[in-house]
This record gives sequence, C-alpha cells and structure tokens, in this order.
Amino acid sequence: MRLGTPDVAAPEDAGAEKVSPRDLLRRFLQGDLASLRVILAIALIWIIFDLQNERFLSASNLTNLFLQITAVGLIAIGVVMVLLIGEIDLSVGAVSGLAAAVMAVVNVKHGWAPVPAIALGVITGAAIGLLQGTLFTRFRIPSFVVTLAGLLTWQGALLLVLGKTGTVNLTNSGITDLANTFYGPAVGWIFAAIAIAAFALVTLGGHRRRLAAGVTTEPTPLLVARVVVVALVVIVAVAILNSDRGLPLALLILLAFVIGFQALTTRTVFGRHLFAVGGNAEASRRAGIGVDRIRVIAFVLCSSMAAVGGILAASRLLAVNQSSGGSNLLLEAIAAPVIAGTSLFGGRGSVWSALLGATVIGSISNGMNLLALESSVKFMITGGVLLLAVIVDAVARSRRQAEGRV
Amino acid sequence: MSESILSARGLSKRFGPVQALDGVDLEVRAGEVLALVGDNGAGKSTLVKSISGIYSVDSGEFLFDGQPVRIGGPASATELGIATVYQDLALCDNLDVVANLFLGQEEIMSGPASTVRVLDEIRMEQRSHELLQQLSVTIPSVRSEVGTLSGGQRQQVAVARSLLGEPKVVMLDEPTAALGVVQTKQVLDLIRRLRERNLGVIVISHNLANVFEVADRIFVLRLGRKAGVFEASKVSEAQVVGAITGADTAEQEQP
Repeated sequence: MRLGTPDVAAPEDAGAEKVSPRDLLRRFLQGDLASLRVILAIALIWIIFDLQNERFLSASNLTNLFLQITAVGLIAIGVVMVLLIGEIDLSVGAVSGLAAAVMAVVNVKHGWAPVPAIALGVITGAAIGLLQGTLFTRFRIPSFVVTLAGLLTWQGALLLVLGKTGTVNLTNSGITDLANTFYGPAVGWIFAAIAIAAFALVTLGGHRRRLAAGVTTEPTPLLVARVVVVALVVIVAVAILNSDRGLPLALLILLAFVIGFQALTTRTVFGRHLFAVGGNAEASRRAGIGVDRIRVIAFVLCSSMAAVGGILAASRLLAVNQSSGGSNLLLEAIAAPVIAGTSLFGGRGSVWSALLGATVIGSISNGMNLLALESSVKFMITGGVLLLAVIVDAVARSRRQAEGRV
Repeated sequence: MSESILSARGLSKRFGPVQALDGVDLEVRAGEVLALVGDNGAGKSTLVKSISGIYSVDSGEFLFDGQPVRIGGPASATELGIATVYQDLALCDNLDVVANLFLGQEEIMSGPASTVRVLDEIRMEQRSHELLQQLSVTIPSVRSEVGTLSGGQRQQVAVARSLLGEPKVVMLDEPTAALGVVQTKQVLDLIRRLRERNLGVIVISHNLANVFEVADRIFVLRLGRKAGVFEASKVSEAQVVGAITGADTAEQEQP
C-alpha cells in the first residue's frame, strides 16, 4: 500500500531521506498521509462498534462487511477517474442499475450465456460514458448537469429494460457465482503468499533500481515497514476469512481492479495526464496533451466501473429490480474516495482512496445495522461523517495553499 | 560577432482597425540576450506570439539559421527550435518537478511495457537532475510538488522545461514580474546561463533595471514599430525611456 508516496519530499542529493517525527506529524495533520489517517479512522470505528457489540469484529461479520463494500468500492474506483480530472459523475448509480438490468434481461429472458451477458452490461456502461464524456467535452456543459440528466435518463431506461414485471431474478450460476464463491483455506493462503511476495518484489525491487540509478527514493526502513504492515494485514485478513466461509471471489475482483487502476493512474502516461488535466487543463493543453480525449476516457472508465459494480451488486442480491442502483449507492460511491483524501477539486487523490473510503462507509453502515439503530440516526451519522471528511479535505487543501505561497 | 539565429523582416499584424505590428525587423543572435521593451500596447506580446506561431502575421518573413522558414503554428515554431515561456508559466501545481518538466513528452519504458506506455520515472528523474544541475537551478528536490515552490523556482522550472526540446531560441515573457529581489537574481542568473549555452534569448520586460543587468541589446517597440535597437553597454536608461515614450524622436540604429 502506498501511503502518501507521491508527496514524500527528498533532498536534492538523492539517496535516503531523513524524516523527523515532527515532520511526520505535520504531514499527517496536513493530509499528505491521508491514507494513514483513514486507516486509523477505520480502526477507531471498528473498536467503537466492537465495544458496543462484540459480534462486529467476528469473522462472519467482517466477511459480510467485505462483501457489502464490493459494489460501492468498484463504482468508487470509476468515480476517482472523474474526480481526478476535477469533474463529477452523478449518473454512476443509475448506470450501475441499468448495466445490471441489461445483463439480467439478456441472460434470463434471451438466454445469453453469462460471459457475453456480463460483457454487454459493461459495454452498456462504456457506451454511456462515451456519450456523456462526448457531450461534456463537445458542448462544454458542466459535467454535473450532463450526468444529472443522465441519472434520470438511465433510471428511465432501467424501468424500460426491466419491463412490466419490474424484477428479474438471476439464477445462472455463471453470474451468481461472482459474489457467492468462497475459496477454501489452501487457496486463501496461496493467494496471501503470492500477494505478499508480489508487493515486496515491486516495492523493494523498485527501491533497489532507484538506489542503483542514484535517484530519489524513500528511506529503506519505511519501505520495509510498509511491506511488513501489508504482509500482516494480508495474513490477518486471510486468517479471518478462512475461519468463516473463506476467501470471497468478489473481494479478489475488487482488489484486482484497485491494483490495476492504481497502476494505470500512477505508472502510465495516461495516468500522469489524468492528474495533469485535473491540476491545470490549460497547461496540459499547451503541453500537447489531448485534454478532451483524456476527459472522455475518464468518463468511459467511470461508467464502465459503475457497470461492473452494478453487476457485482446484482450477483450478490440474485436479482435486478426497479430500485437497483438507487438509494444511497450514488452518494456512497462519490463520498468514499472523498472521505479517504481524493479531492473534489481535481488533480489529487488515489484509487486506494476508493477502497479505504468504501471500507469506512461500509463499516459505519454495517455497525449501525448491527446495533439496530433507527434509520433517522443512521442517516444523520452518515451525513455527519461525510461532512467531517470533506472539512478535513478542505482544511488540508487550504493549509497546502498557504504553504505553497511562501 | 556571432551569427543570427532568427531574424524577422517586415512583420505586420493588424487586428481590425488596430495595426499591432507595422513592418518590424528583429534579429536575435546565438549567445545573446535581446530585451524587448515597450509601453503597454506597443506590440510586444503580439510580436512574441507571432514568432511563437500563435498568431499568423499578415506580412513579413522569417529566417531561421539563414534559411527562409514559415511559422504556421505553435507546433512548427517548436519544431524549428523556438521555445516560449509565458508569464503564467503553465505548470501543474499538483505534480512534482519531474512530471512538470516532462509533461506531454514523458519518457516511457522500452520493451513490453511500452504498449501501455509505462512511465520511465528513473530516466526522467536522471535527466531532470542533469538539466537542473547544468542550469544551477536550486530547488529542494526534483520530487517537490511545483505548488510548494517559490515564484522564482517556478519560473526556473518553466524555463528548464522549455529547454528539454533542445531549442535554439528561447523567449521569456516577463520572467521577473512579481518576484522578490533574491528570486529575481536567480532568474536573471538563469538567463545568463542560457546565453552561455549559446542560445538566442528574447526577454520581454517592463523592468529596465533588470533589462540593463542582463541584456546585450535592447529592442524598443513603440506603437507597433521598431523605435530603436541599442547596445545595452552603450546606452543610458534615459535614452531607452525616451525611445519607449517617443520623447526622443531621433531613432538610433546600432549594430
């Protein structure tokens, strides 16, 4: 896990960097280590709920929690793409419902095999993203207006696709297995070993290459500590999952998308341009970047991930109905990355924030359900947490600006 | 005397009723700093934008390295080797120095990774170090976010970026505007180092003290016309001010 890596400053003469505890504290408070802050918040939330109800941290409830956050997490990954370019997509909830409905209808009513049905669902999402992105760039309409119109349109399309019955039940195991497959202990441990080895190899291998080339890198102890922490988290997580139903396929799908998109945004030219467009679109244009092309791709990725999330949600609920993709899904998918440090103003954030933020939101809602709180209380607490997170983001941003002007 | 890299002859540009440039001849030589001065509305920006290809001139011709050339747009100016650093710098504050230096011309890994265009961060960072060291640019780290740098440092990063394309002529638009004393000195030092690299440097400035400190020749524009070219070492500030305001009507031409 990269904790605030892009922001770590290093001295001109390369090599290892000295970090004073005070410096660390300052970075922690000012949002450069937003991920760490969120991880501590998650720990706090878990402790509080566990004190209220000891079943919260049970293996079976934590497994449920992971399953509950997959749909929001997957959609939030896509939302990060548009947040990075400083835009927003309000249609992701509706798109997730429509894509799932398309998949369900062609599978159940027209007898398509699972794979082409799922593919058509994702293609539906991609096509919607292409349309919305093109409308946004071609006519210079603010993205929230384009996607707000989209929200209504795709909700209507959902009703149309579902037809008179309004509900399509999924029975094909090729689709329902996505969210209902659990792997046994052996597979879990093999996965853990591969994941830890791969992470250590990438982190420390990159560190060695950078040292050899004489360019800046993070201090070795910090990197080793990071590998150890990640290894512990993976081992503990697999142990917990194994003591219940096992390692869920849905969680693997979520992690695969997180890692893939993390690599796309931080290691490729496209990712660099995504951040550049969000930071300063005019500068990007002058640097020869096809700004509109980047924007359209961001919207396509966003809607495609909304479709993927919708399909996973349908697989878990074994059905698509008129309220699929409705209720809190949109709000949670946008709030998740913002809670975990992705800026609403563009140019700052990470794909990890989608996963971390979804965990925060998922934990709160799971814990409150476990405590059987009133809906009124749940809404207000969720709203309060979201507001608090955005305030922290805004404060971090203004501190950064004040510092930048020195 | 070194040879001329870029010369423009009889440049004219009209915006509706306004004759922004009227038959301007300009020449910049390798290894010299040519200051471009003039009052507001004298046509400085129009002249720079004509050379950098943003405006197409109504008439006039360009010679680059002695060859007649056509500047059809910003891309063709860049291709010829004319780089421009605008006043707003066009930097991404949220990206680090390396990312800004290579923005739009990123180095990518060779081999199978090239199909997905994976960034070659090590190569870019090494080249950034080399470039900044050659220019003696002082920044905390090449991995500092540009938004955290001072105005002078940002200016230096913007100038360094323009050099990545190996240009022969660099145009700087008000490089010292809004900078403090120390930062101004850093930027002026950088301009001297560009001269040492045998580049032709065109600097637009309102600040005559800075102009006299760094320029070899001073080109005065007035109402879209050339009001004189002076050797900086052989002219007084009063004479230049006279040419800028038109108080001194006797036009001078010095080699």
